[in-house]
Amino acid sequence: MTIALEPAVHGDRVSLLRVLGPAHVWALGVGIVLVGEFTGWNFSADKGGALAALIVCWIVGLLYTSVAMIDSEVTSTVAAAGGQYAQAKHIVGPLMAFNVALFLVFAYTMLEVSDAILLGDTIVAKAGVDGLTHNSFIAATIVVLAWLNYRGVLMTLNVNFIITAIAYISIVILFFSVSPWTQGAVLKLNELVTPGNALPYGWIGVIAAFQFGIWYYLGIEGTTQAAEEVRSPARSLPYGTMAGMITLLIAAAMTWYVCASLMPWEYLGITYYPLWDAGKLTGSPLLENLLFIATLLAAIASANGCINDAARAWFSLGRDRYLPSWFSAVHPRYRTPYRSILFLLPIALAFAFIADLNQAITFSILSGVLQYTFMSINIMMFRKKWPLGSIRRGYTHPFHPLPAIVLFCLCVVTFFAIFLGFGSQLIAMVAFYFLISLWFHFYRYKFVRRGDQFTMPWPKPQGY
Amino acid sequence: MSRYTPPVQSKAGQVFDIVVVVVAIFVALWLPLKLGLAGAAKSIDALETKTWEALGQNPTMASIWEKLGYTPETAHDIIQNRFHYIIDWPTLIIMAAVLIGYFVFLFRASDREYRDVINEKFEDK
Repeated sequence: MTIALEPAVHGDRVSLLRVLGPAHVWALGVGIVLVGEFTGWNFSADKGGALAALIVCWIVGLLYTSVAMIDSEVTSTVAAAGGQYAQAKHIVGPLMAFNVALFLVFAYTMLEVSDAILLGDTIVAKAGVDGLTHNSFIAATIVVLAWLNYRGVLMTLNVNFIITAIAYISIVILFFSVSPWTQGAVLKLNELVTPGNALPYGWIGVIAAFQFGIWYYLGIEGTTQAAEEVRSPARSLPYGTMAGMITLLIAAAMTWYVCASLMPWEYLGITYYPLWDAGKLTGSPLLENLLFIATLLAAIASANGCINDAARAWFSLGRDRYLPSWFSAVHPRYRTPYRSILFLLPIALAFAFIADLNQAITFSILSGVLQYTFMSINIMMFRKKWPLGSIRRGYTHPFHPLPAIVLFCLCVVTFFAIFLGFGSQLIAMVAFYFLISLWFHFYRYKFVRRGDQFTMPWPKPQGY
Repeated sequence: MSRYTPPVQSKAGQVFDIVVVVVAIFVALWLPLKLGLAGAAKSIDALETKTWEALGQNPTMASIWEKLGYTPETAHDIIQNRFHYIIDWPTLIIMAAVLIGYFVFLFRASDREYRDVINEKFEDK
């Protein structure tokens, strides 16, 4: 692996290092998301039944395929730290960029919180000691991973690559260990998912299940956060993102099949660790322990990637003065956005102690869906302002505007799904984004240099 | 078009802005938890007879519940804790209006800011 040791500069400042390849991009994306197979996706069974969880696994997979296609085109062209934030800044405008960065920070920080809660609860459940709480495990996870991120992106993502691979392999091992081609020996799908209970709430339950169906794949778009640190953005980002999406689709299908074939949907819908439970229900101590360790590794990999991504989005806000420029400092030795990492650390710790798992997941999902809604409109504006051929694109996604339309429609359905059961939380979050947008537009934006925000070497957009 | 020169923000002003953002984040995320607005809107449809049959569990399901350490009594509150999907139209309309209003404001205000950016960036081209 080649490490660029020469100083990288952004203007007259020390900037982030370009040291990452497609495998790191894959590790960042899949590392963040894979925990969704170990917990969270199964809450969709609670909202709509086991079959609803499978239906949304496929349909939401379509949503994320659209996200990956769109994101690969835009990010391979707008290769800057902050990912979708940088896209919004160049294509839609500053206020949208400010909001998108907040979507990213909230989505990833709350995902990190969910990971830490999962890890703490899993260890407490395994220990089975009266009076043992998850607090110390949560604090240790968040602090140690923040330190790792502080020390350097290459080390962070190398660790992620290894632990993500182990967690993924554990799902494959579980799948082939339960003889998936035979029903009745270990797996009992026909007896657990019956015509009478497959869709306990009918089709409205399927729509409601979209909310947690998002958790199968939430965060794959995080690959774009590393845009300024990959050696070849035009090649690495599309490869890493698409490979990640294929990996996750396979993992999600295997996970649903094994879990729905091993436990009743009512239990599947409320357990915090469905794959570990699946390991236990096979009766094999080896599989049980393997899935226990894999659950912890998946949570660590996800939290690790989330700290990486949230800090870069926050760093970008500081660099453009959307927030105080103090946040834009890069560590002189480790070349990481260390102040942003440290600033977000107590926020993650605080919410890890006051929120429970499905509340933290819902906060994360809400910010994610707001971001995907933006992305569907963003790509239409991108193609309109800079039509094909007007600028060099690293990758051009096919079938435009079909992916954008599919993405937009599925986002509308997901908002409705969140309304079914979590409507008050949705309104409270959107009200926050509305108020903070007013603060930015009418006050904070006066500190921002106008023309300097546009850093891409592109011609003037059409229509301006 | 003249180049916009932003005012220099004092350190105290920067600290104040950081405090505003932190408070806003905590209010947005913590207040719904405190007010009980976060979390699933579920309720338990209690049954008088707590048997696996009454709970709609066939022998395979019952054996798995027991393997997981549950009895019909302890599994009752899990199995009967259900969502009740009734569409509250006024709330749905409010939610849709808030969402649409938010996005319309975002795109319109962003476009106004974006025009300034483009005009300044490409003023000589």
